[in-house]
Amino acid sequence: MSAAEEIVTEAPAVEAVPKRAMTLGYGTSLVVLAALILIPLFVKNFIIFQMTMLLIYALAVMALNILTGGSGQFSLGQSAFYAVGAYTSAILMEHAGMNYALTLPIAGIVCFGFGFLFGQPALRLSGVYLALATFALATAMPQLLKLGYFEHWTGGVQGLVVTKPDAPFGLPMSQDMWLYYFTLAVSIGIYLASVNLLRSRSGRAFMAIRDNEIAASAMGVDVALYKTLAFGVSAGITGVAGGLGAIAVQFVAPDGYTIQLAISLFLGMVVGGVGWLPGSIVGSAFIIFVPNIAEGISKGLSGAVFGVLLFLVIFLVPHGARQIAIIAQQLAAKFKKN
Amino acid sequence: MELFANQVLAGIATGAIYACMALAVVMIYQAIDHLNFAQGEMAMFSTFVSWQLMQWGVPYWGAFVLTVAFSFAAGIVIERLLFKPLAKAPILTNVAGFIALYAIINSVAGLIWDFTIKQYPTPFGSSPFLGSQLISTHQAGMIGITLLMLALLFFFFRFTRVGLAMRAAASLPESARLVGINTSWMIALGWGMASAIGSIAGMMIAPVVFLEPNMMLGVLIYGFAAAVLGGLTSPFGAVMGGFLVGIFENLVGTYIPGVGNELKLPIALALIIVVLVVKPAGLFGRAIVKRV
Repeated sequence: MSAAEEIVTEAPAVEAVPKRAMTLGYGTSLVVLAALILIPLFVKNFIIFQMTMLLIYALAVMALNILTGGSGQFSLGQSAFYAVGAYTSAILMEHAGMNYALTLPIAGIVCFGFGFLFGQPALRLSGVYLALATFALATAMPQLLKLGYFEHWTGGVQGLVVTKPDAPFGLPMSQDMWLYYFTLAVSIGIYLASVNLLRSRSGRAFMAIRDNEIAASAMGVDVALYKTLAFGVSAGITGVAGGLGAIAVQFVAPDGYTIQLAISLFLGMVVGGVGWLPGSIVGSAFIIFVPNIAEGISKGLSGAVFGVLLFLVIFLVPHGARQIAIIAQQLAAKFKKN
Repeated sequence: MELFANQVLAGIATGAIYACMALAVVMIYQAIDHLNFAQGEMAMFSTFVSWQLMQWGVPYWGAFVLTVAFSFAAGIVIERLLFKPLAKAPILTNVAGFIALYAIINSVAGLIWDFTIKQYPTPFGSSPFLGSQLISTHQAGMIGITLLMLALLFFFFRFTRVGLAMRAAASLPESARLVGINTSWMIALGWGMASAIGSIAGMMIAPVVFLEPNMMLGVLIYGFAAAVLGGLTSPFGAVMGGFLVGIFENLVGTYIPGVGNELKLPIALALIIVVLVVKPAGLFGRAIVKRV
């Protein structure tokens, strides 16, 4: 409780991840991609729908990963950006009659602006304070969406129903399957853009801020600009994910975007490995399937099973899926030698 | 003017709830430098334990003392088992741990005591206090208990060896270890005390919001708001912050048109953000100066 704490260099909140370690190798990427393309051809529509949600949440988890793993800032408020993206898409489709594919970039831009503006006050906060401020944003969002003032647009508590698009050009595909491939294409595009972003000058600036803010500013990095920019990019991607989510679920309502969602996305990032972009899909699988598995193990205790599984992940593989991937790589290398 | 005075009084009455919770939040923040998102659930679980004891025929104050002792022990056990191994882990991992703890406690309480709303007794009665309709004897008692806890904490930190050791461990762990303080156990003690304070808060709050596994969620958010407003480094600030949030909430609801019940929560949250941006140290907290 002393007035001045002597901290020479504060330990970074997020462990430094070198940018090469942020992505998968070429071969592995192709295998994963092939699996993502081929699996839907052989499974039922419901599973295709679940895989679509898997991709959508993976996008949102990746967005958080860029913010936290890239620039070292926290957010427990991603559900707010997700909600804004979902509502933007839904309102444009239902009230303005716009094509679903065109609404996504707009959702992204709106959320980018929102995230950039929210990043301004967040600039002054770090660590637990930032977690708290974003937590506040996420908790307030459903209430704001319910406001009578916007009810004409948002449909208030009832929300909005969104029509699911048909496959274009008369392709012989079910709606679910078309939407899956559409989502996959969008996801791959955003994934590639994100990887390139983190490898670029801006990405290096993010990482410099994450590792040591003072050193970064001494090197000429505009800390305020890049921090808000990271918020904006993260919010923009989350917004696109939200828009896709609205189309896939065919419904938006305030209670779909509670703090629960923000916490799930956060957990997805921790499980997938902070700062490892491919881990996002593992994290996304964790938050979609593990609650179901937990329910399967014990109906009354599903929350407890979920919590215990989470603790196991934290204790056994604190770096999440990334750690497993590294171990697997080492084992493979050993195997080759023999 | 009478409306104003009444609303302030009503605000103080609700603020007492937040003050209780904020005190527990600040306590743990002092010990471990993290906000414990599971704090509310721990308090809820303790409250259920006391309710169960009373169902078994233990008188109120007996159950009260047993529950506080139980919570103190449980807080230490949780720290030793789950969070001591995470002490060196990044802050993210710790937050994930708190969320896991939250899920576990909430679900276990739901399984043992189910999700129906239960009445919870108050030792102070619920008749009007000094003839005022706005504040009941229970709420007055709650304010009294909060202030009493605050005074005890002040004396503990100011005048006992253990309190001094805890302060040292919190502010300069390295130097504290050099003079022979077991900082690891000081953290465990901080968890125990936060848990015990939380259990008292829970038992005071339960007669107002009724007992059920999700009773603490809203209270915890207001508790955070109060703690941030008063300053996360100051127990006194936390209690004052609690009262201020209560008063603010009531006055805004009365005087600003269009703010019904539905907007009360966003307003508390807007308050958090405004305070964090304008004065991150809070009203009574000390700004932490870092040497680089």
